[in-house]
Amino acid sequence: MCTLEKRGSVFVLTLTSENDEQHRLNPALLSSLLAALSQLNSQATASSALITAAHGRFFCNGFDFRWAQAAADQPSARRRLRRMSDSLRAVLAALLSLPMPTVAALSGHAAAAGTVLALAHDYVLMRSDRGVIYMPEVDLGITLPDYFAAVATAKMAAARRDVVLGGRKVRAVEAVAMGIVQSAHDSAEGTVEAAMRLGEELAQREWVGDAYAEIRKTLYPQFCATLGLTPKAIVSKI
Amino acid sequence: MCSLEKRGNVWVLSIAGDGQNRLSPTLIDSLLSALTRLTTQATPGSVLLTTAHGKFFSNGFDLAWAQSAASPSAALLRLESMVASLKPVVAALIALPMPTIAAVNGHASAAGLLLALSHDYVLMRSDYGVLYMPEVNIGLPMPDYFAAVMRSKIRSAAALRDLMLGGAKVRAAEAVKMGMVESAHDSAESTVEAAMRLGERLAQRKWLGEVYAEIRKSLYPDACIVLGLTQKPIVSKI
Repeated sequence: MCTLEKRGSVFVLTLTSENDEQHRLNPALLSSLLAALSQLNSQATASSALITAAHGRFFCNGFDFRWAQAAADQPSARRRLRRMSDSLRAVLAALLSLPMPTVAALSGHAAAAGTVLALAHDYVLMRSDRGVIYMPEVDLGITLPDYFAAVATAKMAAARRDVVLGGRKVRAVEAVAMGIVQSAHDSAEGTVEAAMRLGEELAQREWVGDAYAEIRKTLYPQFCATLGLTPKAIVSKI
Repeated sequence: MCSLEKRGNVWVLSIAGDGQNRLSPTLIDSLLSALTRLTTQATPGSVLLTTAHGKFFSNGFDLAWAQSAASPSAALLRLESMVASLKPVVAALIALPMPTIAAVNGHASAAGLLLALSHDYVLMRSDYGVLYMPEVNIGLPMPDYFAAVMRSKIRSAAALRDLMLGGAKVRAAEAVKMGMVESAHDSAESTVEAAMRLGERLAQRKWLGEVYAEIRKSLYPDACIVLGLTQKPIVSKI
């Protein structure tokens, strides 16, 4: 599950560990994320920012394959996978159109759909003492949902070959060098503190949320098309 | 107004408007006629060098003119008319049958930065001036072709985010690191001199302009679609 709390002008969305310390994305967690983002949409002001963080050694270990595989037969397992994939698409669409800057604080591993969730934020901060960014699909022999490839193209540029097609496990320092991660920090606490500072700095810019979201969307047209997001007409405060 | 003069093989286009070289309808028209004239006068070995005098390369659209309209809706119409009339200027640069160089002598902001980045090579002075996209700060979304050209020219996801979604003001040395600027020079004069030397080197290649333009367009297919530029059938001198 996740919690949403406000610290000053920064909203902190936390993936909590009571059910699963790996924060695997199952229907319950995905609905909870979507509900939190919808709530944020309505509470946004000109000086808001979002930080997404997680408790424990994992930021998010991807879709909940255990739940999918616990289905009675293979077709229903695939339906469960499809359902999670569709729900995450809605979560990402909400993140991409969120009218405020977004920061992911990776305090542990981000794998598969967990990597995608992290990369859908404007800024990604990561601890350097442990944890990797990892796209295991090539190792596991499963194909990517279309929007996984789209977010990789939008956010990882040239590094996507090594991460998506090379199955490379990327530590924070290397992720900074590859341009995937903004900055590396020496502990989980240090990462969250740096994310809070960045969130406060961004909130102080008092950007107009609607314009911010529209500019963000124009930067990633292919990713937006895959998510089914369309640009709005021009809005302006001038 | 702008002026166009030929120095050897290098055509020098000087932007001259108000002190900030704001892109008013008059200046935009004058740029378009200069580029139209260049298109017809190009010979193998021609090169365009665009620069300006003073503290600004160009500070973007003439928002003061837009805001002096009788009503907010009339102001918006004026803004939209400038957005629409700059588009063929950018398209003319992307389709120009010769190499193009911008010698950025001072601030290049908003549409002024777009104009600079629409050239094949951007040289910039390091002692003064920033590259800046203020839209996020003033709450104005990007016109589609702005975002398309910026995406085509700035290949690093982090650089694109910092400029477009972070409102970063980028000095020359940093712009070189971000891959937006070819080289930094210690004054306006030395920037223009370096641009002239580059222009003369490129002129010596005596590239066939029509082929050069087609190859350029093929590098930026997304921007070309938004700008309404289509590929011509193969042309060749062999």
